[in-house]
Amino acid sequence: MATANQEEVRLLGKWASPFSNRIDLALKLEGVPYKYSEENLANKSDDLLKYNPVYKKVPILVHNGNPIAESLIILEYIDETWKNNPLLSEDPYERALARFWFKTLDDKILPAIWNACWSDEKGREKAVEEALEALKILEDEIKDKKFFGGETLGLVDIAANFIGYWVYILQEIAGLELLTLEKFPKVYKWSQEFINHPVIKEGLPPRDELFAFFKASASK
Amino acid sequence: MADEVILLDYWVSPFGMRVRIALAEKGIKHEYREEDLRNKSPLLLQMNPVHKKIPVLIHNGKSICESLIAVQYIDEVWNEKSPLLPSDPYQRSQARFWADYVDKKIYEVGRNLWTKKGEEQEAAKKEFIEALKLLEQELGDKTYFGGDKIGFVDVALIPFYTWFKGYETFGNINVEKECPKFIAWAKRCMQVESISKSLPDQDKVYGFIVEITKKFGLE
Repeated sequence: MATANQEEVRLLGKWASPFSNRIDLALKLEGVPYKYSEENLANKSDDLLKYNPVYKKVPILVHNGNPIAESLIILEYIDETWKNNPLLSEDPYERALARFWFKTLDDKILPAIWNACWSDEKGREKAVEEALEALKILEDEIKDKKFFGGETLGLVDIAANFIGYWVYILQEIAGLELLTLEKFPKVYKWSQEFINHPVIKEGLPPRDELFAFFKASASK
Repeated sequence: MADEVILLDYWVSPFGMRVRIALAEKGIKHEYREEDLRNKSPLLLQMNPVHKKIPVLIHNGKSICESLIAVQYIDEVWNEKSPLLPSDPYQRSQARFWADYVDKKIYEVGRNLWTKKGEEQEAAKKEFIEALKLLEQELGDKTYFGGDKIGFVDVALIPFYTWFKGYETFGNINVEKECPKFIAWAKRCMQVESISKSLPDQDKVYGFIVEITKKFGLE
């Protein structure tokens, strides 16, 4: 199991961030040992600024001194570099579909749900409508598959960690019912498969702490 | 078995241009279909139901949406010649990072140059030049972002050059003065056949921008 060279894998992240968590999940699924450093975004470390001068954000993966930023780009890098557990298909068309869903999640679906959960009275109705439309897109896509990739968990499922876990916490704090068994049974079922997956279960941040973190942000 | 390749596109779209360049670079026979964006075809709505946008690449009846995804698909399927992405995973991650940077920065900020006024436009000007300078830094001494030959980042970025006359005139900036290395790179790209034959004339694009600004009262 040990490689000939000493590999150094570092993750600069933020425990409450779903983007950062994506990388934890992927590394754990590949069985890659890594060093984690928690970043304080109000007081960014020299390493953070050195490794991601363009955006100055986390997550950042540093592999043998080489930094990679942007969670979806890091996920593809992980899949290409460590071959213990294929997370992305080899077929170009399947890969194109997976990439389409990464982008749609980040550009359209996550922002819609996030906005709804943090919306004020004025914008709430419209924001909720958009969030429900976004979830419908996922409901139509997941259909009766166990995971977005099919029988086994893949990169799209990891990228959808916000949907599988964070949404429940945020909607509870906001007093909204966005993702429920009644409204979106297929996405709901997927989320249960996701959080009960043995590696994912261990890799997600503790629910109570996450709840407390976002509740505190909500009251500011 | 002959491949059937169709590209649903709109002539002035820099995103569509990316796919045109990739198809040309690989020498792929395809049918180009111009979409009327105010009256989208049933095929477009069927092939991209989620976003209803161009470009859409259709390969043997299967659709691939989003320009950079389509370019990667083309690179992976037609992999015998002109590789656009590097073979090393780390170099690939960097190419994807910079192409993504182009998506995040150049299009939105460029658009603000000709659609906004006053303070917002000033902010856009600053941001635009900063972005080009960062790209110049990334280019370094290389001929192209891809090295000796054009690569993923060159394909992602060069289409926006066709919009420069519009950005410069409406935004009141002189890119060549601020970022000479960038313009030198762009001119080298325009000498590459797959690029020059895939891009519309800058004057025609400028004419389009003028029309839109008049139509929406943006002057």
